[in-house]
Amino acid sequence: MAILRKELLQLRRDRLTFGMVIMIPLIQLVLFGYAINTNVRHIPAAVVDQSDTGLSRALIQIVEATQVVEFTQRFATIEEAEIAIIRSDVRAALIIPNDLAQRVVRNPAVVGTLPSEPDRPVGRPVAQWLVDGSDTVIAASVKSLRNMPLAELFRRPANTGTPTFEVALYYNPEQRSAVNIVPGLVGIILTMTMIMFTSAAIVRETERGNMEMLINTPVKPVELMIGKIIPYIVIGFVQAAIILGLGYFIFDVPINGSLATLFLLILLFILASLSLGLVISTIAKNQLQAMQMTIFVLLPSILLSGFMFPYEGMPKAAQYIADVFPATHFVQGIRGVVLREATLAEIDVDALWLLGFTIVGVAAASLRFRKNLD
Amino acid sequence: MTELVVDAQGLTRDFGSKRAVDALDLKIERSMIYGLIGPNGSGKTTAMRMLTGLLTPTEGTADVLGIRIPQRAETLKRRIGYMTQSFSHYRDLTVLENLRFAADIYGLSRRDKMRRVDDLLAHYALQGFADQLAGSLSGGQRQRLALAAAVVHKPDLLFLDEPTSAVDPESRRSFWEQLFDLVDGGVTMIVSTHFMDEAERCHKIAILDKGRKRADDAPQTLMKNIKASVVEIEGPGLRDIKHALDALKEIQSVAQIGARLRVLVDAAVSDPIATVGKAAKFNADTALELVKPNLEDVFVMATKDDPP
Repeated sequence: MAILRKELLQLRRDRLTFGMVIMIPLIQLVLFGYAINTNVRHIPAAVVDQSDTGLSRALIQIVEATQVVEFTQRFATIEEAEIAIIRSDVRAALIIPNDLAQRVVRNPAVVGTLPSEPDRPVGRPVAQWLVDGSDTVIAASVKSLRNMPLAELFRRPANTGTPTFEVALYYNPEQRSAVNIVPGLVGIILTMTMIMFTSAAIVRETERGNMEMLINTPVKPVELMIGKIIPYIVIGFVQAAIILGLGYFIFDVPINGSLATLFLLILLFILASLSLGLVISTIAKNQLQAMQMTIFVLLPSILLSGFMFPYEGMPKAAQYIADVFPATHFVQGIRGVVLREATLAEIDVDALWLLGFTIVGVAAASLRFRKNLD
Repeated sequence: MTELVVDAQGLTRDFGSKRAVDALDLKIERSMIYGLIGPNGSGKTTAMRMLTGLLTPTEGTADVLGIRIPQRAETLKRRIGYMTQSFSHYRDLTVLENLRFAADIYGLSRRDKMRRVDDLLAHYALQGFADQLAGSLSGGQRQRLALAAAVVHKPDLLFLDEPTSAVDPESRRSFWEQLFDLVDGGVTMIVSTHFMDEAERCHKIAILDKGRKRADDAPQTLMKNIKASVVEIEGPGLRDIKHALDALKEIQSVAQIGARLRVLVDAAVSDPIATVGKAAKFNADTALELVKPNLEDVFVMATKDDPP
């Protein structure tokens, strides 16, 4: 009874633990219930309209009316659309061939029955989808359009004998989820360990009394911060190598992109995570608080980064929040490099963002860390 | 007059509404051990932290080694050493690793570092423990390590914050011998302590109480100039005598030390024995004796009355 009362008194004074008790269920509930949506809508897509006729424009309109995709970009050539997919600006591209009109006439989705002439080829799909198949959820959503009835165009019933669209799944044709999860896992594991290592770094010095000695020496805050980060970079690389290596050998997850780009991207992410940890470390008053704050970062990183649930499936507000976390940019970037052979030029935005995050983080930590006790 | 290592004028520091140090003037000359004496919370540590540049004074100025602080505190840090109250080196590093770390922090070159660390291990009798983790050292050994690490860069001024509060008397003695060796080499030291025997070892002391300096001089001078006579009473019924004496206004202080009462009588009283004797209404078994004042008496007198 005495212990119970003491425990309650301490809990009441420990604001952060109290906050966690309330906030964690709250955040989880909001994230799972509102932000996370496995039924993806409004997937950003590109359109390459080679026929550019009234018919093709009508086709685009009825596809968009399904709300599964949203055409955010238009390109003149297929190559441009493919690059946009690699950059993950769009997740799919609709290629409308210039013989659309002929194809439509023969498509069973329009005519209702198969054409009877035996010497003529069987009806062909009216258009083609190029899909970034690395995320199986997105791929499945686009595939659902495969047999979309075009009846609205001509007010005829649909027939599934020949698909309306031909769907080409890039990067993960067998739709194995490991292909998508393994690279993302690198991001989650690194977020967890890197932030944990450094978030305790400064606090530990203070807790053990070492800080009183350090601040009386000529050590500069930036020196201290950078010195704290560097050893963990190596650890981060070891972890990334283990995950990607095992993924390659056990789960057959290919590494399509160049190793140099991969190396650079991982380096940037490790730095960003470590500097985030440092900022936490200058705020936290003890190691327990540092750990709690790490969890606060880790949760949204797992749920919002696109690791578990497609980024595109989240409402705009959740996407803005997700964009703050380094993991979101990293998961996007590493999937690009590993699965879509993206080069640095194609993941420039994510890479720059991580770099900026690191610089801001180290600067903030150095500024927050004072060598005096005022 | 020799050069001043510390020249502080009107140093004041507030924490919120609480004034930790109030208008402190300090003049400390080269090659001496200067003691800051006072009870807990008297502002010793705050004063030290202002002098090292860790705290910005609310008011007042200080030049330490001719360097204006806190503006140029970072320059100063290369020339001072600081030994913290609690052990502040890495318990999970060995003695050798800790010393090398300290040498690196102060930017010693590789060759200097090796030589200096070897010298320090030898001088502070740490060779035998060089590869032992600092956390497993005894109090005295830890303290030698802390001192060695604090002087790795040969500072001109050394701050020691209650250096011997956690060690046995034997270690304390040898520790002070090492301090005097350093002083002999030209180092100036500022030591804070609340132990009178440590205070007595200082060349000069300043007595602090509630953030104010109450007295400063050499311990001997302070004892000689004390404004009180000291009478010791031995006999039965000491508690009753103490209560009787406490009521008199010319009696400054009464404290029981074992089987005796130590009474501080105002210096204005011409015959202290008679005054005390009358008040104590002693019987034949009681003995009175006029004794020499010690530093504790000085301390009691200095912190007793409020300053003008």
